[in-house]
Amino acid sequence: MGRAVNSPSKFKPGDRVTVKFEDRPGHLRTPWYIRGKSGWIERVYGQFRNPESLAFGRDGLPKKTLYLVAFNQSDVWGRTSEPKDKVLVDIYEHWLESSVGEGTSS
Amino acid sequence: MNEVANPEHGHDHPKHELSHYAKRIYAIRDLLIEKGVITEKDIQCQIEYQEARSPANGAQLVARAWVDPEFKARLIADPKSACAELGIDASAINEFVVLENTEQLRHMVVCTLCSCYPRPILGRPPDWYKSFNYRQRAVVDPRGVMREFGLNPGDDVEVRVHDSTADIRYLVLPLRPKGTENWSEADLAKLVTRDSLIGVMDPLDAISE
Repeated sequence: MGRAVNSPSKFKPGDRVTVKFEDRPGHLRTPWYIRGKSGWIERVYGQFRNPESLAFGRDGLPKKTLYLVAFNQSDVWGRTSEPKDKVLVDIYEHWLESSVGEGTSS
Repeated sequence: MNEVANPEHGHDHPKHELSHYAKRIYAIRDLLIEKGVITEKDIQCQIEYQEARSPANGAQLVARAWVDPEFKARLIADPKSACAELGIDASAINEFVVLENTEQLRHMVVCTLCSCYPRPILGRPPDWYKSFNYRQRAVVDPRGVMREFGLNPGDDVEVRVHDSTADIRYLVLPLRPKGTENWSEADLAKLVTRDSLIGVMDPLDAISE
């Protein structure tokens, strides 16, 4: 369905990223608690239709690259009893910015 | 639209007081049928389809993975075709990912935004999965939530919470219970609970007869 999109992904596994801190009306699939937080790309899931468009009956095109992004619990909540614990969130590329040195990959 | 009970259009509506949303759902259903968009039978078939899917599908996948390492590798590499091998229809899932627990790593799944859940594999989500309580606390305090379910991962275990916010649906592949070395696949499947596939519990213990 739709046109084939083979646009290259901007990030690769291991890349440090920061989630944009944005808010606007609409169907945003990036949870509040993770906006502005830094982590790293765990996995590249590929191209998916954009839910911010699909939710309003539009075609969701162009597709967006979806990533599995990992965050240290301590980087998200500022404290944790178990430093090795992580939260992993599925995030579309347009929510991510390159960052260096923030969020430590294990 | 105010009168919900209308004996003239062929079916009964519940007689008790309906919530605003329930009234709206019935009104939309009636309009869709009236305008010929869908039929009563379509709705009934869909309800039966939803109800037919259950955690037994997930249990079957896990039990096979426990007894057959090659199947396990395929289940992790390409979960949808592994489902097809066992006759499980996972086509409704956009993308399906299996998270393997180990002695050092434990996964837990939540959808903080709504209630995304691998329905073809697990059926309908439990009410607690959709509660604000679980959705908030699973990401903030996963170990605390696990403790309430009776799990207590040690300090040497890494806990990974997956917030299922987009097109991916997750299934946890729990560790095979100790003492089940000679068990049949069918008996193993009985140990695999729904909650162990969400990651908040272990499978049932092997109880010697």
